Amino acid sequence: MKYMRLVLANLGRHKVRTILTIASVALALFLFASLRSVTTTLAATAQFGGARRLVTLNATGLVFPLPISYANRIKGLPGVTAVSWANWFGGRYGDGKTFFANFAVDPESYLAIYPEIVLPADQKQAFIQDRTGALIGKRLIGRYGWKLGQNVTLQGTIFPGDWTFTIRGVYTPTDPAIGDDVLIFHHDYFDERIGRAGIAGWYIVEIDDAAKAAVIAKSIDDVFRNSSSPTKTGTEREFQASFATMWGNVSFLMSTIGLAVVFAILLVTANAMMMSARERTGEIAVLKTVGFSDKLLFGLVMIEAGVMALTGAALGLGFAKILYPSINFNGAGFLPGFKVATSTLVVGALIAVGLMLASGLVPAVRAARLPIVQALRKVE
Amino acid sequence: MIPIVYNVRSVAQRPLSTALTALGVGMVVAVFIGMLALANGFRAALARTGSETNAIVLRKGADSELSSGLGRDVASIIGSDPHVATGGDGRPLVSPEVYVLIPLAKSFDTTQIANVVVRGVSEQAWQVRHNVKIAAGQRPTSGRAEVCIGSRLTQRFPHTTVGQTLRFGGRDWNVVCNFTAAGSAFESEIWGENEQFMPVFRGEVFQSITFRLKDPGAFDEAQRSLQADKRMTVDVHRESTFYAQQSQLLGNILSFLAIVITGIMAVGAVFGAINTMYAAIASRAPEIGVLLTLGFKPGSVLLSFLAESAIIAAIGGVLGCLFALPLNGIVTSTTNWSSFSEVAFSFRVTPALLLAGLIFAVVMGVLGGLLPAVRAARLQVVQALR
Repeated sequence: MKYMRLVLANLGRHKVRTILTIASVALALFLFASLRSVTTTLAATAQFGGARRLVTLNATGLVFPLPISYANRIKGLPGVTAVSWANWFGGRYGDGKTFFANFAVDPESYLAIYPEIVLPADQKQAFIQDRTGALIGKRLIGRYGWKLGQNVTLQGTIFPGDWTFTIRGVYTPTDPAIGDDVLIFHHDYFDERIGRAGIAGWYIVEIDDAAKAAVIAKSIDDVFRNSSSPTKTGTEREFQASFATMWGNVSFLMSTIGLAVVFAILLVTANAMMMSARERTGEIAVLKTVGFSDKLLFGLVMIEAGVMALTGAALGLGFAKILYPSINFNGAGFLPGFKVATSTLVVGALIAVGLMLASGLVPAVRAARLPIVQALRKVE
Repeated sequence: MIPIVYNVRSVAQRPLSTALTALGVGMVVAVFIGMLALANGFRAALARTGSETNAIVLRKGADSELSSGLGRDVASIIGSDPHVATGGDGRPLVSPEVYVLIPLAKSFDTTQIANVVVRGVSEQAWQVRHNVKIAAGQRPTSGRAEVCIGSRLTQRFPHTTVGQTLRFGGRDWNVVCNFTAAGSAFESEIWGENEQFMPVFRGEVFQSITFRLKDPGAFDEAQRSLQADKRMTVDVHRESTFYAQQSQLLGNILSFLAIVITGIMAVGAVFGAINTMYAAIASRAPEIGVLLTLGFKPGSVLLSFLAESAIIAAIGGVLGCLFALPLNGIVTSTTNWSSFSEVAFSFRVTPALLLAGLIFAVVMGVLGGLLPAVRAARLQVVQALR
């Protein structure tokens, strides 16, 4: 460690160059961490959701509703402990430029089946008791400045007209899959206004044993197989995962870009390192003359590369890790629960080590092998 | 002025360093072009879907075909409207359409489910949508359970080629033809007869009505008269505008990503260029001293080094274009979140995009060369020559 001052002095000689190199490494790893987090977040959505919850949809497709009468028939099946239902509303707020999910739910059973939706008991009661009440995620408060008790009007896109709700509660989800930018309201009120059509977009089914999910799912689908609206039941996780796969190979594209970025920066840094080593040929010869061993010089050049690569990596990865939670980033609602995973930090650190090896090895070997006499001849 | 050949030779003098810097710039340019080509391709697919000469009618307030619903009465009102063009057989060119999404498992991975558009059209639709061409087989016969499948679906989904049977909506459908539609989003759709789809899906309701305008210039008037009609509550859009709007959400996300990502990368590349040029200047101080002694003005030296940096970056730009070029035409697919349906589209690397990439590269080079060039110009002759 006694040579640390020498390394630092070397780094400090071309301050601009050192800072630029560290900054470009930091930028590269920041981008890498951000892009990889998109893919890990999408993959993680498949892990969201309760293991004991199933989702029943219309087998024809998710835009087709199911009869509301299915609730009682599903409830009677063995292994089913609770049933709730919801219907996508797709209302637009204001100029419609900012979008948030909104749907009608059966309040009591919905809140019971989703303990992840956390809100004060008095707000919960107020929401359940007010037929035109709405419950909103805490992100919407910040976005629109809404207050408890305020009236909010949505324009129906699927179900025409102006729909006014009173905000009765604000919830904080404990599972990112729930989403904190959602507005939910009473299914009964919805059903009444659309003329008692008696429809539910999907059912949420709670079962007693996660291990029996496949069997119970099949038993539900069997009940409705020959009805006018056959169903397709799967675990909530499968349901969440199906949304992630809808992006297609976007995730593949992201990781390709991430690799391209790392590669580009590796080139730039390697170049800068080699240039600075070439300039110091004379100096290294002098150090050798005064007795620095080949091994030591090899080590010193490597450490110099390592300091730049690792400092840059720490800055870039650290910034990504801190930035996203502090701005509460969720990719405009597309990436709920966006976070920089530990695995990303580990891979980032490995890349930094790789960068150190790739950019330090050539100059370090050259420094170690440098013949003194020849090198000194060039020195004035 | 210092002849440009001096810079070209200087660049050639240091092949490794030049190559590495140029490669770095090249990667940035390649990502830049690649990501914009993706956004471009997506936008183009949707923009081509709609035609200038057609109008699409949706229920008032509906922002996509999926959320719309129109009765038969509306279809007959529009069918008899004077703004609608008539075909060779004297019938109005109107297609009241059923539009639904069905889940289909992909060929290569059956756990991946995509929401595919099923569109029930009228006989006239094939004339109304003039970019739609049958590529194989015969058009579905009225009254039969037959479908025609867009060419972009056949590669990715099983049971979609002519002669096969595709099952959806609780029924079997004979695939009787495949169609192309000039690379538009229609190519990711399944078409059949509207009267066949109605009872299977949502009952007696259409989602949209598309018609050919008798006079494409008179769209505004047609829109006004139809929207003012008291018998129905509809919105009338020009078809081209409507589909372009459907691409806005995702198109903007993709462009935004392209700009943010390449912006950050570009800063990194500029840093790299600065480093390279500083090092180049440091090792060539005597050369610069000679140039100044010969009587070249500091301004000329500055320009010369800027040019050198720009040359390196331009080489990188060309490399980047070469890297990005093979992307052109590669088909990818994603969900268009405005309509919730899966759309296949191809990367579109256009000449304009390549030019933008080159300009981007040169700008990076000039920015990266600026500070080092200023330093070169300010060198003291005596000190430099030592």
